[in-house]
Amino acid sequence: MEIILSAAIGVLTASGVYLLLRPRTYQVIIGLSLLSYAVNLFIFGMGRLRVNAPPVLEPGGVGDLSRFTDPVPQALVLTAIVIGFAMTALFLVVLLASRGFTGTDHVDGREQRHD
Amino acid sequence: MLSVFILAPFAGSLLAIFFPPDQRGATAWFAGAIALLCFLVAAGLYPFVTSGGVLRYDLAWLPELGLNFTLRMDGFAWLFTVLVTAIGVLVVLYARYYMAAEDPVPRFLALFLAFMGSMLGVVLSGNLILLAVFWELTSIVSFLLIGYWHHNAHARDGARMALTMTGTGGLCMLVGLLLMGRIVGSYDLDVVLTSGDLIRNSPLYMPVLILILLGALTKSAQFPFHFWLPHAMSAPTPVSAYLHSATMVKAGVFLLARLWPVMAGTEAWFWTVGLAGLSTLLLGAYFAIFQQDLKGLLAYSTISHLGLITVLLSLGSPLAAVAAVFHIVNHATFKASLFMAAGIIDHETGTRDMRKLGGLIRYMPGTAVLAMVASAAMAGVPLLNGFISKEMFFAEAIETHQANILDTMTPYGATLAGMFAVTYSLRFIHSVFYGKAPEDLPKVPHEPPRWMRAPIEFLVLACLVVGIIPAITIGPFLHTAVVAILGASTPQYSLAVWHGWNLPLIMSFVALAGGVGLYFLMRNYLATSIEGPPIFRLLHGQRIFERVLVTLSWKWARSLEQRLGTRRLQPQMRFLVFIAIAAAALPLLLSHYEMPPLLVRSIDPAFALLWAVGIACAIGAALLAKFHRLAALVLLGGAGLTTCLTFVWLSAPDLAVTQLLVEIVTTVLILLGLRWLPKRIEDTQESELLSLQVRFRRLRDFLLAITAGGGVALIAYTMMTRPLPETIASYFLERAYKEGGGTNVVNVILVDFRGFDTLGEIGVLAIVALTVFALLLRFRPQADSLEAPEQQRVQNAFDDDHPDRNEGDSVAEYLFVPSVIMRWMFPVIGMLAAYLFLRGHDLPGGGFAAGIAMSIGFILQYMSGGTRWVEERLRIHPLRWMSIGLLVAAATGIGSWLFGYPFLTSHAQYATLPIVGKFPLASALFFDLGVFSLVLGATVLILIALAHQSIRAPRAHARAMRSGKEAS
Repeated sequence: MEIILSAAIGVLTASGVYLLLRPRTYQVIIGLSLLSYAVNLFIFGMGRLRVNAPPVLEPGGVGDLSRFTDPVPQALVLTAIVIGFAMTALFLVVLLASRGFTGTDHVDGREQRHD
Repeated sequence: MLSVFILAPFAGSLLAIFFPPDQRGATAWFAGAIALLCFLVAAGLYPFVTSGGVLRYDLAWLPELGLNFTLRMDGFAWLFTVLVTAIGVLVVLYARYYMAAEDPVPRFLALFLAFMGSMLGVVLSGNLILLAVFWELTSIVSFLLIGYWHHNAHARDGARMALTMTGTGGLCMLVGLLLMGRIVGSYDLDVVLTSGDLIRNSPLYMPVLILILLGALTKSAQFPFHFWLPHAMSAPTPVSAYLHSATMVKAGVFLLARLWPVMAGTEAWFWTVGLAGLSTLLLGAYFAIFQQDLKGLLAYSTISHLGLITVLLSLGSPLAAVAAVFHIVNHATFKASLFMAAGIIDHETGTRDMRKLGGLIRYMPGTAVLAMVASAAMAGVPLLNGFISKEMFFAEAIETHQANILDTMTPYGATLAGMFAVTYSLRFIHSVFYGKAPEDLPKVPHEPPRWMRAPIEFLVLACLVVGIIPAITIGPFLHTAVVAILGASTPQYSLAVWHGWNLPLIMSFVALAGGVGLYFLMRNYLATSIEGPPIFRLLHGQRIFERVLVTLSWKWARSLEQRLGTRRLQPQMRFLVFIAIAAAALPLLLSHYEMPPLLVRSIDPAFALLWAVGIACAIGAALLAKFHRLAALVLLGGAGLTTCLTFVWLSAPDLAVTQLLVEIVTTVLILLGLRWLPKRIEDTQESELLSLQVRFRRLRDFLLAITAGGGVALIAYTMMTRPLPETIASYFLERAYKEGGGTNVVNVILVDFRGFDTLGEIGVLAIVALTVFALLLRFRPQADSLEAPEQQRVQNAFDDDHPDRNEGDSVAEYLFVPSVIMRWMFPVIGMLAAYLFLRGHDLPGGGFAAGIAMSIGFILQYMSGGTRWVEERLRIHPLRWMSIGLLVAAATGIGSWLFGYPFLTSHAQYATLPIVGKFPLASALFFDLGVFSLVLGATVLILIALAHQSIRAPRAHARAMRSGKEAS
């Protein structure tokens, strides 16, 4: 389990970082999205991987870590997903506005040498 | 009681802003009343501070760091408080008449009160850090007051220079005070004042001394930092009288006197403080002689007198400290009155140039008499207060304190400075009030209004009374102040006009006679000379200051920027990634990291297959993002769905729900944006001929990406294979039901335990949505994306070709069956959202998920029916939903105050609804309702703002076409 998930996190990070360094705004937005998957999975993984142990208690019950998975990283990631969406939206609109003003979709707002 | 001194001026300052600008009188009454209140309170507190009593007011601020809001009033602070408030009252009265009708007086008086509050704060602070805070506040308010007439370039430059000098000094002082707090182990002034030996013997004494002196000397305009004060004279005269003679510039010497018991007495103190003081005393007095501007003369004289006080403090003898405190009070009285007189002359004649003025005694005899008495006090003429403190100064100068050349020089320097003081005082009086009547003045001079002169009359009376009978007027108060500084080592001293024929008296007479003689020698030269003393006027402090600033903030900054900066994003990102990799790798390398063994046997084949697809999607998205945007988007969605399934697999149902919904919304969003991006067609020929440089760059980025990915994978694997240490998770798991009343621990954490964070987060979401909305309001698409999309053009052409069809029919009929289904999905999705919302506290779901689900319902309507169709049928007010959401969430939090609990405390119980059954009804549910409403509003706002562009664009396109035709 762990080995697959960490490999997945690694590939998502690598693809994200590679796109982050590209010159086109669209590449950067896709890269940021991939990177945010990687980061979310990474934070989520810090609570260790558990199968069939969602942090949903029985009414009146008291939970402990032997029967339930760690809810804290999940709470963190849940907000991170929503904020990630907000970031993507903002970046998309900045990207569009920049393209509208400058006429190019290069990250610097003007064409550089071919890359 | 002490907090009145801070609260009243600052609250008054806030209120004063709201007075209408034409209400000069009312605002002045108000400000005067506040100053008077502070004065009366101070007067009433006098019995508590006599004979070494100390009043304290403590308010815990950051007690862990030893930082408290401590006010402390002893005799010395009391004397300063009275000085600040009493002169404050007089200056307000004066300003009432001085300010012109067109000046915004409320702003002036608001700043004035703020200054008074800050100055009282400096004086009364019982904590070193608090003192530094108020100290900086006085600098800032002084900046605003000097720049009060901001249309005047001189005022702006003077204000900036004053702020730069005093602000830099203040920063040094803060460091010095922090070091001092470190030596003593406390920032509390009471503790500091009893740790003199500790400070003087500390190895850090020298740095502390230099840093604190930098603060004090810049504030009190001591040589070589004196040049800002004359430029600060572009301020309105009440400001000059109050800040730049009586109070703010005294803050420096106040601090020196305050710390005198713990820092003075060493050789380093004597040399640094003494050298600065003596050179300021002499140079200030010398420069003052050659000023042509009345206020300039007074400014340099102030510098010189501050130098005198500094010299006294440098000597390290208790008697000199008494003289210093006495001279602080005396100087404040006569100099404030002289500034006010100069202001009257300026006000009634229209000029302050001494070459133009003359013979004014015929026009304003009352003012002339007052100014003469005050300047006689400044010159140190017997029977006036200035004489007594100057005698004490002379007496101290003769004493030997340390056997070195500076100490030997002091009496000669003192006499010479006294002589200069007589010369410039005489010049002030003679050239303004005597001689030929002035010609071609801007105004015909006359006496000022009755009450404008009253403050001067009062101050001059004080000069006289203190000068004639010092022991019974100022004596007890001075004694109270001195005891507060010196404590047990308070010396015997006598305040009297006549001490018999002794050396100081002879020095006084030498100074008087010499000064008068000097004036008559130089009179003719001065009457026509240009501004500034010979030779020295070539050396402009201001110009040096400006050149330094230009070098620092312009030349150096620019060359640094050219060398290190780039405006290109890619190198910056590369640098960022590199630093991130280094920051992660370094600790691993340093701690001899060993990789854990790879456990291949625990692999679940289905999970492996799932991620094989996910990884392929991620790599595909990375490869296709440049030329095949839609494909990259689809692949990105694939990676997202894999992530979502991973959450399901690994016991995170909440995350899976949210991820799935967010994935949908993100995809729709980016799809909406795709249209406005430029076309990019892969040029196969060119890509084969890629230059070596480009190949190199891609390879480098690829290697960086591989390193980053590999590193993250390694860290993730290492972490995940280690046992979970003791975490706060158990706390939440144990208390989620007991205290939060919900069984879904993740949701309980979000809306209850960490509700405040969630409130902040939805705030961020709201800000983002508004920013998106605002950015799109001004969106101007490029011409090549304005045309109707190709598919629509083809469909419309089809309609044109068939006579039985109207244009637009095909567009409307396109995907007819799916769009009907989508329309009918609306109530279903609404139901799903309600379901997700209500079960949220106990089962996966909650406000976030429900909000996004509902927004998907709306966007589906837009997709099926088009923007116009939807908005004709549904009332959509995302802005309103957002504000309601934010208000509901905040109100839930505030609601718990009503029951006496902290912000956002929740209460839980179950409620039963018909059909729905039993569901958890915690107060957190209302909070979650706010979250729902805000998330819904924000998401819908972002999506429809973008969707609306497609309606606006054809209109813009048509406009562009029309204007193009007209032009041709």
